[in-house]
Amino acid sequence: MDKVLERCTDLVQDIGFAQVRAWKQQHPGRAAVAYFPVYAPVEIIHAAGMLPVCVSGAGDRLDVQYADARFGSFICSIIKTTTELALTGHLDPFDAFLFSSICDSARNLCWVLKRNFPDKYHDFIHLPQNPSSGATAEFLAAEYRRVMAELGGMSGRLIRDDDIAESIALYNRSRELIRELYRVRTHTPHRLAAWESYVLVRAGNFLPVEEHIAILEQALAWLPQRSCKSRDSIRIVVEGSFCEQPPLELIRLIEEAGCYIVEDDFTLGQRWFESDVATNGDPVQALAEAYVAQSVYSSVRHDFRKPRWDGLADKIRDTQADAVLFLIAKFCEPAYFDYVPFKQTVEAMCIPHLLLEFEEKLFTFDRVRTEVETFVESLVFD
Amino acid sequence: MEKQRSEYRGTIHQRQKDMMMDWYAALDRAAGGQGPPTVSMMISGNCVELLEGFEAAPIYPEVNALQLAIRHQSLEPILAAEDIGYASDSCAYVKADMGCYIKGLTPTGGKIPTPTLILCNFVGCNTYLKWFEHVAKLTGAPLMVVDVPFMRNDEPSAADIQYVVRQLHEVVQRLEELTGRKFSYDRFQQAVACSARSEELWSQIKHLARSKPAPFDAYFDAITLMGPLYVYRARPEGVAFFEAALQELTAKRDAGQGVYDQEKFRLVIEGPPPYPHFRTFRDMFAKWKACTVASTYSTVGGLFEFGFRHDPERPFESVAMHMIAQNVTNRNYLQRYDQIRKYVEDWHADGVIIHFVKSCRLFSAGQGDMRDYFTRKLGVPTLYIESDLEDPRYFAEAQTRNRIDAYFESLEHAKTTQAMVGV
Repeated sequence: MDKVLERCTDLVQDIGFAQVRAWKQQHPGRAAVAYFPVYAPVEIIHAAGMLPVCVSGAGDRLDVQYADARFGSFICSIIKTTTELALTGHLDPFDAFLFSSICDSARNLCWVLKRNFPDKYHDFIHLPQNPSSGATAEFLAAEYRRVMAELGGMSGRLIRDDDIAESIALYNRSRELIRELYRVRTHTPHRLAAWESYVLVRAGNFLPVEEHIAILEQALAWLPQRSCKSRDSIRIVVEGSFCEQPPLELIRLIEEAGCYIVEDDFTLGQRWFESDVATNGDPVQALAEAYVAQSVYSSVRHDFRKPRWDGLADKIRDTQADAVLFLIAKFCEPAYFDYVPFKQTVEAMCIPHLLLEFEEKLFTFDRVRTEVETFVESLVFD
Repeated sequence: MEKQRSEYRGTIHQRQKDMMMDWYAALDRAAGGQGPPTVSMMISGNCVELLEGFEAAPIYPEVNALQLAIRHQSLEPILAAEDIGYASDSCAYVKADMGCYIKGLTPTGGKIPTPTLILCNFVGCNTYLKWFEHVAKLTGAPLMVVDVPFMRNDEPSAADIQYVVRQLHEVVQRLEELTGRKFSYDRFQQAVACSARSEELWSQIKHLARSKPAPFDAYFDAITLMGPLYVYRARPEGVAFFEAALQELTAKRDAGQGVYDQEKFRLVIEGPPPYPHFRTFRDMFAKWKACTVASTYSTVGGLFEFGFRHDPERPFESVAMHMIAQNVTNRNYLQRYDQIRKYVEDWHADGVIIHFVKSCRLFSAGQGDMRDYFTRKLGVPTLYIESDLEDPRYFAEAQTRNRIDAYFESLEHAKTTQAMVGV
């Protein structure tokens, strides 16, 4: 299993996208589609015979030389490093780029890349923000069919509903396994470190879903046999890292400093639906209805029928967490706005919390380590 | 160089002030239980016409926020919001508004009612969703969203329009429940007709700035005219206001009167202004007798100079069309590039000023690329400066002045040398 974890770590950190290049060599004539976080209807991309890949910045692996001149001050790191990846040729293996309505910076990034790379296909999916309306699922299904027509035009082959239904079944399986992985972590966090779970899940951003399913099954079969000791750590929920991802080192550090991360919102798109998407009936409509009714709560999706802070409260209760760590990317407006009602909710529950801000490229972790250790000590010796 | 100040002080300036104060007075009455039902909305792609069907009044939190800033009152509520956890880098419009609720402040000193309905017209700006959600949480007022599909293509699809129309009908139903009033389709249709007329007049005013010299500044003076456009365009008072404005500015144009005794530079400005330093900022351009002939910010509430009008024969569809396609914030970034390019060409501008504001990623994220497009691709002299629209702490006066001076010096030099070689 060490080798599997090593491979997943390499995948997560490879900004050269060797895996994508290899897949394209093995599948001549087929396209790789990059999508920006948080969620994309990967089933549609898969059913088109294409490889969906979530491109979420360059982590700490790339110096920004050109992107600052395009995006200026007060813009988060993931926007700049994604632009830098494109301007430096790292995204050349991709044939298409999909964005969605998560935030203002990401939306503008779509069009900046489109101008600079006019030969690639760029599209923007309007993921609806009004699930209360009776018209929403129908609109989203029409939106998906629009994108299907575009992708079908690229590949020269019609995307059939049966293909989408098969893809939905595959991704349902993948999400089910990820839910199971999280259950293991919540109940026996000493069996699976957060960084291990993170790379296992995030590897699915790069691999064909069939291959990812095999890895997850292998991991879940291995976990019960794993010999490990329980540590004396506090149980925390990490909230706020749904888009830009913190450095892997930071995730390791948080647990080393005395925490069990029993829930998080890392790479949230991989576990977007709380339950399986229906596989009977019109599959496009099913995907749309699942988005409206079965999505996890997220700072980039607004459902006023159930506020997100209620979602966080449920998560804290369900996981029996002792504390919440708000781990927020610098300049991430959706996370920072949500921080206020989240904080109010957590305080009303008498749950301790800590806010940590990160960037993809953190130069020193000492300050963060001290903050987390102090926070843990304040709870342990309270 | 002699100190130049400029501000359009015709009769329309005072008239708009009076109209906006009347509006605030109506809100004050509503807060006391004597006024109309109120609906809180965002400026961009607002559907004020629909409110007329209920004789309801709009509340615009953005107008409240900018009024605070221009009166140098925004810092106190911003700090109050930061005290409860809002981040220093988040939109200061939101923070000023939330801070006002916390501290019980209003821009005029009068009262602002808790809205009958908080109607989040989600038009491009994702911050709108957060903002209205937070206000609803704080006030307990009912909240509804009109989810407006972003402009992914050149034109909206039939599905986009149908989606918005269906949601508008849901708003009507909700407002009937909340106000106890029956929606008047006739009043709605009349409101749409008024809007069409106001928009035609506003468009004609905008086109006056194509003249040399331009009779008004299409950024700084246009902001004066924008308040009535949001609040009154769907009412006869709005039509009368824009008729008077057109008449007054046409007379100036016909008399060859510009903003300055001699118009030296013609500009397009992209981005909102630094309201807390509005006067200072304006004077930096006045010093060079530089007149704005077109601006993207003046199209936040509607993009009318290229022909769109509301249509009383198809009132719901045209309101939807306005919300989706005919305001700058719901149009994609490249459509904004194209809009600015048309201004440069058809309004005969010498250059483009890009004003990055920290608060607004919708406007500002990617403006470096915009500069690259205009300077490298089109060869248009472009200046990029940074500050904020609401937070007075983000304004480096000396640095901004230096950059603006340097820009105009180089433009002047280019004009002089071009004249010498007979270009």
